Amino acid sequence: MKRNLFIPVLAVLLAGAFPGCKPPPGKEMKIGLITPLSGDVKTFGESVKNAFEIAVEEANAKGGVVGMKIATFIVDDRNDPTEASNAANLLINQHGVKAIVGSVTSKTTIPVSDLAQRYRIPTITGTATNPKVTVADGKRKDYMFRSCYTDSFQGTVMAKFSRDTLQAATTAILYDASNDYSKGIAEVFRDSFARMGGEVVAYESYGKDDVDFSALLTKVKVAKPDVLFLPDYYNKVGLIAKQAKEKELKAKLVGPDGWDSPELVKVAGEAIEGGYFSNHYSPEDTRPEVVNWVKKYREKFGQTPDSLGTLVYDATNMLLEAIREADSDDPGKIRDALASLKGFEGVTGKFTMDENGDPIKSAVIIQIRDGKQKFLQVVNP
Amino acid sequence: MDYFVQQVINGLQLGFVYALIALGYTMVYGIVRLINFAHGDVFMVGAFIGLYTIERFQWPLAAVFVSAVVGCTVLAVLIEQLAYRPLRHAPKIASLITAIGVSLFLEYFTSLRQVFGPHFYSFPRPFPVVSWNWHGILVTNIQAVIFLVTTLCVLLLQFIVFRTKMGRAMRAVSFDYVTAGLMGVNVNMVISFTFGLGAALAGVGGVLYGIAYPQVNTFMGFMPGLKAFTAAVLGGIGNIPGAVLGALIMGQSETMVSAYLSSTYRDGIAFVILILVLLWKPTGILGTSRTEKV
Repeated sequence: MKRNLFIPVLAVLLAGAFPGCKPPPGKEMKIGLITPLSGDVKTFGESVKNAFEIAVEEANAKGGVVGMKIATFIVDDRNDPTEASNAANLLINQHGVKAIVGSVTSKTTIPVSDLAQRYRIPTITGTATNPKVTVADGKRKDYMFRSCYTDSFQGTVMAKFSRDTLQAATTAILYDASNDYSKGIAEVFRDSFARMGGEVVAYESYGKDDVDFSALLTKVKVAKPDVLFLPDYYNKVGLIAKQAKEKELKAKLVGPDGWDSPELVKVAGEAIEGGYFSNHYSPEDTRPEVVNWVKKYREKFGQTPDSLGTLVYDATNMLLEAIREADSDDPGKIRDALASLKGFEGVTGKFTMDENGDPIKSAVIIQIRDGKQKFLQVVNP
Repeated sequence: MDYFVQQVINGLQLGFVYALIALGYTMVYGIVRLINFAHGDVFMVGAFIGLYTIERFQWPLAAVFVSAVVGCTVLAVLIEQLAYRPLRHAPKIASLITAIGVSLFLEYFTSLRQVFGPHFYSFPRPFPVVSWNWHGILVTNIQAVIFLVTTLCVLLLQFIVFRTKMGRAMRAVSFDYVTAGLMGVNVNMVISFTFGLGAALAGVGGVLYGIAYPQVNTFMGFMPGLKAFTAAVLGGIGNIPGAVLGALIMGQSETMVSAYLSSTYRDGIAFVILILVLLWKPTGILGTSRTEKV
């Protein structure tokens, strides 16, 4: 048995020993995708996978990039940071990908970004909004990019919207203390809301596995906030909203882009009716890029693309554009081309990378009415 | 004052759900001295049976409870016969490790796509939610159902253990299973019955949990299982009223810490209470120490 293993092992070792040589004709451009296809945010993962596949198919139909067909490797991270690290290791060290798209949530993308930096593999996430994804301890992770705005932007936007448009004087905030995304937005929202002259009457945290919010909601109810801000993903928000309604809480519900899933209305029912959240694009927008994209996605998957899928479509296209600009499959050159990308026309807007690898772009605000997402307004940075 | 009463009611809701799970831990421990870590996962299976019978078959609530009870009982008896019985005379640590193995097996096996699937599912409400407002204190019909069903279950359990022949056999086996066997008690049958009885309560608990917190997934049994186990230890493991008391204390302390301090300290303080009680009375609040027989 040992002898049988020897030759393939040797072949793998030899193949690994000479990376980055000029591609022979017919070689593939290997790109990995890390996305949660199961677990608590699986609808995010599925639409991200769909969008990624559309973008790659389109490029392959045009003959691939820099003369190579694109080969994809898709790994499920179950929205678990450890699984996400394993996935990145697998893609980089086993499959030898030249670039990665992913992951989806901030808590999984932060470990991925550390590995991307260590192995110098250009990585772009469509959807992880926490500032720590691209910058850690004041140090830029220069192989990491994203195609969405950051939490500090969306926290500020929602605080401004609550103060100016909803005329809220007081707010209560409930967040998941174990989730970087939730905690990050909660802090920005709290500080911005207070800076704009509002009062934060309750600021409470819960744990990842909590399902009973009755004590917290009773506490919030006594404080009588105008707005209840819930920075979390749809499953948890659905549970909280439902219990808030049972406790007869009168506050308006406001949240970030984690609400963007058809599951939210399924879990929360009427309890979420009238809630507002910030998002990255609206399928009701009439720009030709948006109309084309929505049509394409509907034809293939029979449903309207959510903003996560749309952002990943943009992220994948940005990466492919950068590979074309670099005219090489060398990870270092692809990175440089991504960093200097300017005026890229995507579905979620036109964007330019800032020095942190974060794009400068606008947000939209959506309201849930009759169980559907309705486009309300665009907010510019 | 309204605020305090409202929080007491919130705490009761949580405590009653913990109690249903804690009873299963405590009974099994009382009889075979085994901490059945798979118990939280049997509870999860109960919640899923509730999900299927309500959503797919739209059965009436009573039928939903009965099917969860039957399903969990069968599952627990199977687990006992396949996993624990062969190890009855092995060192205790072997059964303990097996229990952890069964727990992980249930969690991951049921999360396969062909079984329940790895996702979060929203649990349908079998009845519309109504709430009654009494001088600013809010009680929902969900809470009423939880209080009622749990109280009935505990009374029924008291009746079985202290007023039936099987209950007397259970107490005898718990006291000394070798002697009980010599006196003609079918020890294996009594042990299976105990597992089944605990699982039946977990099945009821699973459905109630699904109704109260309408979202289920295959890993949902872990946290409530851990809390209920703590409650059983707090009340005195092996003691039935103790499990209920421990669960109610856990529910109240978690709620009150969230209500008057900060939710961040919630789990920390619940466990500090546990440690203090165990320092003062190592057998738990209602537990009785028994000398190990040689």
